Amino acid sequence: MIAFQNVYKIYNSHSTALEDVNLRINPGEFVSLVGRSGAGKSTLVKLLIGEERPSRGRIFFGQYEVNKLGDNELPGLRRHIGIVFQDFRLLPNKTAYENVAFALEVAGRPQREIAELVPQVLDMVGLSDKMGNFPHELSGGEKQRVAIARAMVHRPEVIIADEPTGNLDPFHSWEIINLLQKINQLGTTLILATHEKDIVNSLDKRVVTLDRGRVMRDEENGKYILI
Amino acid sequence: MLTIISRIFHYGFANFWRNGWPSAATVAIMVLALSMFAGLIFFNAITDQAIDSVQDKIDISVYFKTNTSEDQILNVKRSLESLSEVKRVEYVSTDEALARFKERHREDELITQAVDELTVNPFEASLDIKAVHPNQYASIAEYLAAPNLSQYFDKVTYFENQVVIDRLVGMINNVNRGGFILTVILALVAGLVVFNTIGLAIYSSREEIGIMRAVGASNALVRGPFMVEGVIAGVLAAILSVILAAPAAYFTSGYFEVLIPGFDLFEYFYTHLLSIFLYQLLFGVGIGMLSSFMAVRRYLRN
Repeated sequence: MIAFQNVYKIYNSHSTALEDVNLRINPGEFVSLVGRSGAGKSTLVKLLIGEERPSRGRIFFGQYEVNKLGDNELPGLRRHIGIVFQDFRLLPNKTAYENVAFALEVAGRPQREIAELVPQVLDMVGLSDKMGNFPHELSGGEKQRVAIARAMVHRPEVIIADEPTGNLDPFHSWEIINLLQKINQLGTTLILATHEKDIVNSLDKRVVTLDRGRVMRDEENGKYILI
Repeated sequence: MLTIISRIFHYGFANFWRNGWPSAATVAIMVLALSMFAGLIFFNAITDQAIDSVQDKIDISVYFKTNTSEDQILNVKRSLESLSEVKRVEYVSTDEALARFKERHREDELITQAVDELTVNPFEASLDIKAVHPNQYASIAEYLAAPNLSQYFDKVTYFENQVVIDRLVGMINNVNRGGFILTVILALVAGLVVFNTIGLAIYSSREEIGIMRAVGASNALVRGPFMVEGVIAGVLAAILSVILAAPAAYFTSGYFEVLIPGFDLFEYFYTHLLSIFLYQLLFGVGIGMLSSFMAVRRYLRN
């Protein structure tokens, strides 16, 4: 279970990224976080993974109170989360296989388990023939699929996808969204931060609309409606 | 724990190899820095040798009145030898002094003839005294000035050469001090250059560090491979700088032999190869690890 309680993120007197955000996400949910650029979607994601700290309020993730975690405890939290970024963020010096394996290696999983799991997950995202390729040898869609494989390989409770289709053409965008839906159907909570209206509307899932740092709308089977 | 350590080494080696040019550039800069360090080691060896050869030329000679018996001279010799400041005392008897004089002027017939015509040996017996350190001559001279000893002396050369000896001692001290300061400054400059090079290489990896942390890598797992890369660069640079120093020592050896007779730089390099390599290794690995540690630290917050 994820919960934001009266969360504020204020950078300075002229810049408030989030204001009194209250949000609760249950296990297994698929939630779209929507809003214009600068609405606070990415800040919400950064607060959840501990990359930034809230100015006020409390953030819960399972047994963790994220806002109270020290630098040394953050890696432990992040191993329960899979993250997919708009710009893929693959390690340039590692092959597709090694990028996916890295998420297991940091958690100290044994080599035998890694050798078994990674090809399975890469097969699931349709990249079993590109395991030995480096990121610069892959297309945008392929890179994002490697990123998704990396995000899911350690079976996290939650996958956060921050604008995962922002750098992709419509065909590859749908490919990625279908993949994320499939992962959600297997029981993983999915948080999709996006500003792509067509995608959100066709998903027919819960939609949380942010505007200027506030939660404006929170609807089951919602639509992307801009005020 | 063992798994994590072996992964840190594996990542470090793999990254070093795959980074290619940036790794080669870091090693090249480190080779330059270490070569400078090797240069300093040579410089210190050369100045030490130069100082030794100058020091070797400084001594005090005490000339005894002709009526002093050999026993009395040997007593003075023994008492001097008991001083901690004294390195060695050489006794030159009147006969020995005459023989040395003849030997020195063997080629000069006029002097040889004149000496041969002498019926009495005009030379005085003497003691040549060497101090452990040149600045100890003053205290030895003071010891010799005591009346119970000075009654036997005709002259003590220290008092004649005092100005020259003092100046030489001053120069030696300055060269020592200057050499030390120069070593510290240049080692610091070399260290800073390497530190900045590694800092820049890690700056270009800052996104990668962010990704590792986002995926849940602990600080040790993020920092470790960079430190391993620093160590590899340090070891390679130490080996290469020693390989480069060999021909440098070989070809410049002749020039230094002219300046300081009896000093062979290449022989010094060859006999001190292991210790030079260990110094280089220590400096290279130390600066490589420390630079990586410090440079990664700033990207490990949050």
